[in-house]
Amino acid sequence: MTTAPVRTIAPAAPLPLRQRIRLWIESEPVLAYLFMSPGWLILLLFMSYPFFLGIWISLTDRTVGLPTGEFVGLRNYRDLLRDGVFRLTVLNTFIYGFVTVPFKLLLGLLLALLLNQAFRLRNVLRAALLLPWIVPTALSSLAWLMLYDPVLSPFSWLLKDWGVVEGSIAFLGSRVNAIVSLCVANIWRGTPFFAVAILAGLQAVPHELHEAAAIEGANAVQRFFAVTLPVIRGIVVITTLFSIIWTFADFQLVYVLTKGGPANSTHIFGTFAWQEGIGGAGKLGMGAAVSLYMFPILAALSAILLRYVRSQET
Amino acid sequence: MVGSNRLSSRILFLYVPLALFTVFLLFPFYWMLIISLKPNSLLLNTKVNPLYLTEFTLRHYRYLFENTEFPRWAWNTAVVTFGATLLSLTCSILMGYALGRFRFRGGNLMGTAVFLAYLIPPTLLFIPLSQVVVRFGIYNQYWALILTYPTFLIPFASWLLMGYFRTIPRELEECAMIDGASRIQAMWRIVMPLALPGVLSAAIFSFTLSWNEFLYALVFMGSGQMKTIPVGTVNDLIRADVFQWGPLMAAAVLGSVPVAIVYMFFVDHYVSGMTAGAVKG
Repeated sequence: MTTAPVRTIAPAAPLPLRQRIRLWIESEPVLAYLFMSPGWLILLLFMSYPFFLGIWISLTDRTVGLPTGEFVGLRNYRDLLRDGVFRLTVLNTFIYGFVTVPFKLLLGLLLALLLNQAFRLRNVLRAALLLPWIVPTALSSLAWLMLYDPVLSPFSWLLKDWGVVEGSIAFLGSRVNAIVSLCVANIWRGTPFFAVAILAGLQAVPHELHEAAAIEGANAVQRFFAVTLPVIRGIVVITTLFSIIWTFADFQLVYVLTKGGPANSTHIFGTFAWQEGIGGAGKLGMGAAVSLYMFPILAALSAILLRYVRSQET
Repeated sequence: MVGSNRLSSRILFLYVPLALFTVFLLFPFYWMLIISLKPNSLLLNTKVNPLYLTEFTLRHYRYLFENTEFPRWAWNTAVVTFGATLLSLTCSILMGYALGRFRFRGGNLMGTAVFLAYLIPPTLLFIPLSQVVVRFGIYNQYWALILTYPTFLIPFASWLLMGYFRTIPRELEECAMIDGASRIQAMWRIVMPLALPGVLSAAIFSFTLSWNEFLYALVFMGSGQMKTIPVGTVNDLIRADVFQWGPLMAAAVLGSVPVAIVYMFFVDHYVSGMTAGAVKG
């Protein structure tokens, strides 16, 4: 009781320093930057710094084991453009990144529409069918490596058993076969991602609209295009762009299945950068240049994605 | 008649396609499992049907534990996964909170920067990052991965948590602060409990992504005893052209089990994390 009057007077006098510091720290802008600092510190040290270091390294002939290299200007970039393996790598990456996506999208959409129906064991099946996307890709790729084995492949065994083919199939033996095999494995891994993302979008489709359209005499296909598609369009576009970016910048599946072979004909950017920069001769400058050739494409895709996400928010 | 018509259309348009999808998506796992249990005599005999298991053995699993470094790889993977997840989660909760709840100049710009950081793939950075790791003296140490995995975990988890924090009404905190709680207390006691589902989603996603990572583990921690399960299995168990399929598939099964178990328990968190974090923004 006796201290109460003193407190009411206190604000008139200047606040003690400690309290002023506390008030300053607790103001929103200060606290916000304080909160973000640990995260940004890590991102600056291990993301921004290596990014700019990578640009510098790509302009040198630095190799593994030597601390620095000579500045060579754009020589690495120019040499790559003249390298047949690199040009094949660019082509492969585009095939791998863009051809698989329509399959993943269509299969994922179909699977989502199926899983959106009511049936027994629906939740169990939904959980089980997402597994290809959850399990470590390097390990599931090993399963595919054996499924594609020239001698032990069960696909070859079945086809021989049914009399479709005479000998075993060399799934990874030629460039065309290997690329098709890589794409199939990639579609296998990516389809569940599309399915689950689209399935989440389907929950937002108003049931009444479907019923109303059905009463008006629209069939299932018409209802899909008129009612369902407009609602899930945003999710479909965003998922597709994400998938293109990730597939484009993939590494493990190709590393495990072909290591870029046969005869360097199935490399994508990631594996070729690894082989040039780390695996083979350890030409860090050349490897960094291979990686950076991805940048304009990734930047363009990211810009489109960012614009689209922004337009969805408003 | 109408009933049987409906049933047959259900079989044709629902059950048959679902069965096909199930076979396509789960067959590689079935194959992994039966090869890991199959005796070599059966495995290499190309005359018998390879799709069934007529007898089984645990020899391949025993081989993995007695004759390879697999237990050590598992330990390495666990250390890195928990370290990276803990670090990323701490940074992301703070960052997500700041981006989702504070009004400050540059807030939108910071949010966009986090989103763009999420789109930078490891294949773009791994070569210069290997030089950074060497320069910091952490090459081939746990820190090499514990500090670099957050570069893809923090953007994702912050983005996801930012969304969660935004949905919690500001009035709740303001009330607590009027009642005398400091801002930090209000954050801990009022907002955090409500954001717990989001934190859990971020945690299991970080766990999965760390456990599954391959490229950084291969380049920054890929020699000697420091390999993770995916790197050790792919690089050490495949020697020359002699494939030891039994132990290989056993390692693939064991390496997949932890994430599969976590996933089975938290399916709904995965799904909401995927859609809230990656898709809806």
